[in-house]
Amino acid sequence: MHFLTGENMRLTEKHKQYWQKNLRLTGVLLVIWFFATFVTGWFARDLQSLTILGFPFSFYMGAQGALLIYLFLVGYYTYRMDKLDREYGVQEGDQ
Amino acid sequence: MAGPAQSRFFSQLKRYYSLYTGGFIGFVVMLSILEQMGVPNKMLGYIFLGATVLLYAGIGILSRTSDVSEYYVAGRRVPALFNGMATGADWMSAASFIGLAGTLYLSGYDGLAFVMGWTGGYCLVALLLAPYLRKFGQFTIPDFLGARYGGNIPRSIGVFAAILCSFTYVIAQIYGLGLIVSRFTGLDFGVGVFVGLGSILVCSFLGGMRAVTWTQVAQYVILIVAYMIPVIWLSVKHTGNPVPQIAYGYVLEQVTAREKVLNDPLTPEGAREAEVRAIFKQKQEEAEAKLKALKTGGDAYLAEEKSKLVKAATDLKAIRNTDPKAIEAADKAAADFPADVVTAHSAWRMAVESDRVKAGPITAHAEPFAGKDDATRDKKRKNFLALVLCLMVGTAALPHILMRFYTTPSVKEARLSVFWSLIFISLLYITAPALAVLAKYDVYTLLVGSSFSELPSWVSAWASVDKTLMSVTDINKDGIVQLAEITIGGDLIVLAMPEIAGLPYVVTALVAAGGLAAALSTADGLMLTIANALSHDVYYKMIDPHAPTTRRLAISKGLLVVVAVFAAYVTSLKPGDILFLVGAAFSLAASAFFPALALGVFWKRANKFGAILGMSGGLGICMYYMYMTFPFFGVNAPLWWDINPISGGIFGMSVGFAGVIIGSLLTAAPEKAVQELVDHVRYPNLEGDIKTEAA
Repeated sequence: MHFLTGENMRLTEKHKQYWQKNLRLTGVLLVIWFFATFVTGWFARDLQSLTILGFPFSFYMGAQGALLIYLFLVGYYTYRMDKLDREYGVQEGDQ
Repeated sequence: MAGPAQSRFFSQLKRYYSLYTGGFIGFVVMLSILEQMGVPNKMLGYIFLGATVLLYAGIGILSRTSDVSEYYVAGRRVPALFNGMATGADWMSAASFIGLAGTLYLSGYDGLAFVMGWTGGYCLVALLLAPYLRKFGQFTIPDFLGARYGGNIPRSIGVFAAILCSFTYVIAQIYGLGLIVSRFTGLDFGVGVFVGLGSILVCSFLGGMRAVTWTQVAQYVILIVAYMIPVIWLSVKHTGNPVPQIAYGYVLEQVTAREKVLNDPLTPEGAREAEVRAIFKQKQEEAEAKLKALKTGGDAYLAEEKSKLVKAATDLKAIRNTDPKAIEAADKAAADFPADVVTAHSAWRMAVESDRVKAGPITAHAEPFAGKDDATRDKKRKNFLALVLCLMVGTAALPHILMRFYTTPSVKEARLSVFWSLIFISLLYITAPALAVLAKYDVYTLLVGSSFSELPSWVSAWASVDKTLMSVTDINKDGIVQLAEITIGGDLIVLAMPEIAGLPYVVTALVAAGGLAAALSTADGLMLTIANALSHDVYYKMIDPHAPTTRRLAISKGLLVVVAVFAAYVTSLKPGDILFLVGAAFSLAASAFFPALALGVFWKRANKFGAILGMSGGLGICMYYMYMTFPFFGVNAPLWWDINPISGGIFGMSVGFAGVIIGSLLTAAPEKAVQELVDHVRYPNLEGDIKTEAA
């Protein structure tokens, strides 16, 4: 390794908790991502008779709904991780 | 960089780009005044393309640099908002800008795989990669592989894969570039390629990532304005609502109603459609019969048919006072007759296919996986989902995109910049399906049923330019246009949109400039990726780690020129289908990079042997599958589980993950320093942290 080695780099219990929380958040958001994309995609033919905002449901999901969900997922992750960084004292300094 | 300086830089950027956007709109207004004053269209096209290319070159010259960190990662001070715009332009290629709406027009729901795939991938980028790569903070993606897995082998596989997928992708961009330049200026395709390429080079040659970033922001503004204006106009025209994304639900309903009428032989219009379809059915059967005769008769049959045509032409000439046009047609039929069995076979095969499509009923736009039986529908569904997955994972693995997240000032900004990227990208992807439906409405209601003697002007204009983009033929000779008599090429939708909406020529030139911006910005990012992989990863990291900065940059710039010229040469050979090239790049990237990158962050146990096995195995399987099944290569082996070659990444990814996991478990866990590196990238800031960021 040509990096400066971190002699003093120790992970505390708190750090491990931070990572666990990150994993849980990532996992939950990925489940929603999977559901919005692949589960609704798989059942697209069965759901097409439903209507949403004047669109057939399946078409709406593919053309707009899923995209709005993706935006929400990424936005929420950004917001939540920021808060988590500060809660656990791993946020970056003003550098 | 200190906080206050960064926020000053940010507000400065906002001011510059606001002024720039205002200036650009002023420029468009000025040109439309020139058009009113009678400046010819060709002139307007030249001014538009010339001015934008000069603008990009200007930004490139202003951003020239000889600083390593500026050259490779734009000094790591690109604010999230601007990195989002640059990523958007980097991301949206000629295929997205010109091709996507056309694909949606032609394939309805099934085309939405591209819309979902090219946006949903950013969830993976945000959640699994961007923040961690930013914390790692070096220059290239192979850098991460080299550090995380140790040794030169993982890095070398990374370099090979980065070059392979970026090169495949850049060919598609340069192809689009040549097409746009030649179509709108009348220059030759080859000249168009080199003109476009010149402007890419001026930009990235002098300033590397720094110049590419600030040009891409400028290109994003142009491409999004160019895309939105005609769609908004079309939406106002058909619905009275200036927000097409909301308004087109109603239009889609109308389109669906029209589909039902045209498919119903009991209505007068439906009856005429049925008449045309019956003619196509007959043509299809004739072509099938010819194919069958060719199979049994071979060369003898071909010669016999040819002599019949020649005789028909001679007979016609013998009769006095025949229409010279008829003689010409008969001669042409004889001359165009396929010369050998192979050409005859493929030509007639294609005729059968296109007649079959025309002979069938219209597929409903909003219906998912339409097909004649359950087996066809299941096959379509499987391929749809496989393609979505490949495009998404490929998004989270293409080096030219991931590289962009090295350029933000912090991990926090990296996360935020994925969010901005997705907003800027979604703006176009949410609009494209609306455009497809609006254009379809126009064709189904205004063009169908109109008389051949009074075709809308855009139809005759485009039909005279390129028959593959637009052609209408009165098949049943009733003087009225039926849907089955119209042939539309996908690219037409965006290119002709301003004329369909009845906008002045200046908007057409604007759309061309937008397409040019999309192709240039993506090509910029890709070429930089290739040159950096060679100069930074191969030369600096593997051949001469003590090379001085000036030599590193000189080599990088030299390679950029070599890569550009080579790419232009390959493009001028016009290899295959653009959409396939783009799709192939995604599948290849997904197979080679994603498993090793994601497991590298989330699984400490992943080690060098696993990475080597997973990356080479995944990439190998994906390449093998594409080679065996894609018609271009001529092997045409049977498909695995009916998966199309474009989604070969499905197998590559599976093998990649299995390879990393099995390979790692079979060998010893990575050393402590590597485990520390993993902890290092997982936390934005740790006390007593190691340092990996390259200045």
